Amino acid sequence: MESRIRLILLAALGLLSPLGCGGEGPQTVIRVEGSDTMVNVAQAWAEQYRKTHPHISLQVLGGGSGVGIASLIDGNCDLANTSRKMKENEIARARANRHGEPMEHVVGYDALAVFVHKDNPLNEISIEELAEIYGERGRITTWSQLLGTSLPNGSDKIVRVNRQNSSGTYDYFRDVVLGAQRDFKLGSVDPSGSKDVVTLISWTPSAIGYSGIGCRTDGVKVLALARCKGQPAIPPTVENAQSGTYPITRPLQIYTVGSPTGHIGEYLDWIRSTDGQKVVLALGYAPIPERNVGARSTGGDRQPQQPAREKPSTEPTRATSTRSAIPVRAVAHKPQ
Amino acid sequence: MSTPQTAPTTSPRAARHTFGASMRWWADRLEPLIEWLIRICGWSAILFVFAIFCFVCREALPLIGRGFDFSEFLTSTEWRPSSVVRPQYGILAMLVGTVSVTTLAMLIAVPLGLGAAVYVSEFCQGRFREVLKIVIELLAAIPSVVWGFVGYMVIGPVLINTTGAAVGVNLLNGGLILALMSVPIIVSVGEDALKAVPDSYREAALALGASRWEIVYRVLFPAAKNGLLAAVLLGVGRAIGETMAVLMATGHAVQIPYSLLDPIRTLTATIASELGEAVAGDAHYRVLFLIGLVLFAVTFAVNLTADLVVKGIRHEHDR
Repeated sequence: MESRIRLILLAALGLLSPLGCGGEGPQTVIRVEGSDTMVNVAQAWAEQYRKTHPHISLQVLGGGSGVGIASLIDGNCDLANTSRKMKENEIARARANRHGEPMEHVVGYDALAVFVHKDNPLNEISIEELAEIYGERGRITTWSQLLGTSLPNGSDKIVRVNRQNSSGTYDYFRDVVLGAQRDFKLGSVDPSGSKDVVTLISWTPSAIGYSGIGCRTDGVKVLALARCKGQPAIPPTVENAQSGTYPITRPLQIYTVGSPTGHIGEYLDWIRSTDGQKVVLALGYAPIPERNVGARSTGGDRQPQQPAREKPSTEPTRATSTRSAIPVRAVAHKPQ
Repeated sequence: MSTPQTAPTTSPRAARHTFGASMRWWADRLEPLIEWLIRICGWSAILFVFAIFCFVCREALPLIGRGFDFSEFLTSTEWRPSSVVRPQYGILAMLVGTVSVTTLAMLIAVPLGLGAAVYVSEFCQGRFREVLKIVIELLAAIPSVVWGFVGYMVIGPVLINTTGAAVGVNLLNGGLILALMSVPIIVSVGEDALKAVPDSYREAALALGASRWEIVYRVLFPAAKNGLLAAVLLGVGRAIGETMAVLMATGHAVQIPYSLLDPIRTLTATIASELGEAVAGDAHYRVLFLIGLVLFAVTFAVNLTADLVVKGIRHEHDR
């Protein structure tokens, strides 16, 4: 919740700043909205970028990936930060409303971490077990089923901490852990933001929850995750996220409508440059792989099915034609 | 000094006279205008309520004729608006959540609020009374998001440690927060109602040898019934409509609570958390407005009952 309050303040500042800097020539405003997971990164980018480009004013808002996409469709923002892909119906609506093709730009990776209270003896968990805890008709409801014994402190009932359904993390977790055709078990506690999940777990001994690894605090323990029970469990480190070894790693992306040009294009190029990617790493997320840094990549090697629109240029130029933008094809984003 | 007859236009007195006359002339012309302005101010309340009602209806009603299942809406506990398999829009669990957290809050707030009102109005004196009143008014001015924060960060962990609850954000937490939010309103309106009872009532009761408790219970409460009821209903209104604090303090979990320590979700919190994501014109978007209509109906019913009850009491009183 604190993050949301801070956001509102930041938005207010963003609105005021054109007034304050009236003497320095016209201000260009870029409106960014979307994922709560990415909001810290987006703010940090904005702060860094303003140092070198004082004439650009960036308004950064959170609210969830769904909120950002809805806003992009309605034309209320220029860039939508999302931690999930756009859905087919959203793409269709964006085409109809904005008369342009939504473009996806991968800007980093997030290992979606599973958290428990720091006193919880559990160290690793498998995807199957997570599905039985979170999924509709799932059979695991108590800690003794998972641990063999009950928790040293706290009640035996597993408190499922989930995200609200406007969250991209919520959609991603459902698709990857439960399978797209399975719903969440109702009755989970749904705090308002990705940081609130971690805060809640840090004072609830019997809680389990998931959030971006960047939200980690001292009050919680990060679990290592196995694809199936019996397989080795992998901790959500930057290396494991980059290599794709950690089972629930998702790309963080920015959507634009149409190929970005002008200030917005330059900003996206900067985000994908070494400077922009340093910010990603500093906040605990995984930067896009080294060889793809800059403006000439396809946004990561884990999307071979999505052809880059333009051939990589060898010339290091800021022209928009060399940007790695992937035209969104609805067929390419069906949940696997 | 020249006589007014010879130089009527230059005399200051005459000038004052004409000035006064023109003022009066203007006032006569302006009066109907001001009357109308005041009338519009009064009517605007009706206008706003009606306009909001129309707007909510316009957004919600296209659901009719789209095969929307209204019986599922009211009787199902399955709220899955973003399900890929089959979106379901059952609000029963949230309706129960709203009703239960409001009831719990009132069970705590009404005795506390009325007790405090009696204390402030009848037993407390001098400087302390003034300080107390100011502090209570200050309590009413605390923003709801701050209350939510208190519930989330302070009461939550305390509930886990003292009651052994699995999760600290739950029905009890939300009820406590809502009660604390409603108490100041109940106290200030209730105190006004008690103060409005003429002192002659108190004196008459004292002359008959009544104790202070008997004065409060047998004389003041019956005499101030209407005002006290209004105080309680204002508290109920605040509790039903509250959004931010309950969103943070109740856990926001779609389920029917079976104990005080189960997390719940309210109708208002659902609208607040999901409207941002729902795209205009979507079924999900329209259902959220339908929830708004349900809330409208609930508050309307509460206010109407209050009105009827107050009228009933008044009639009884007159007879």
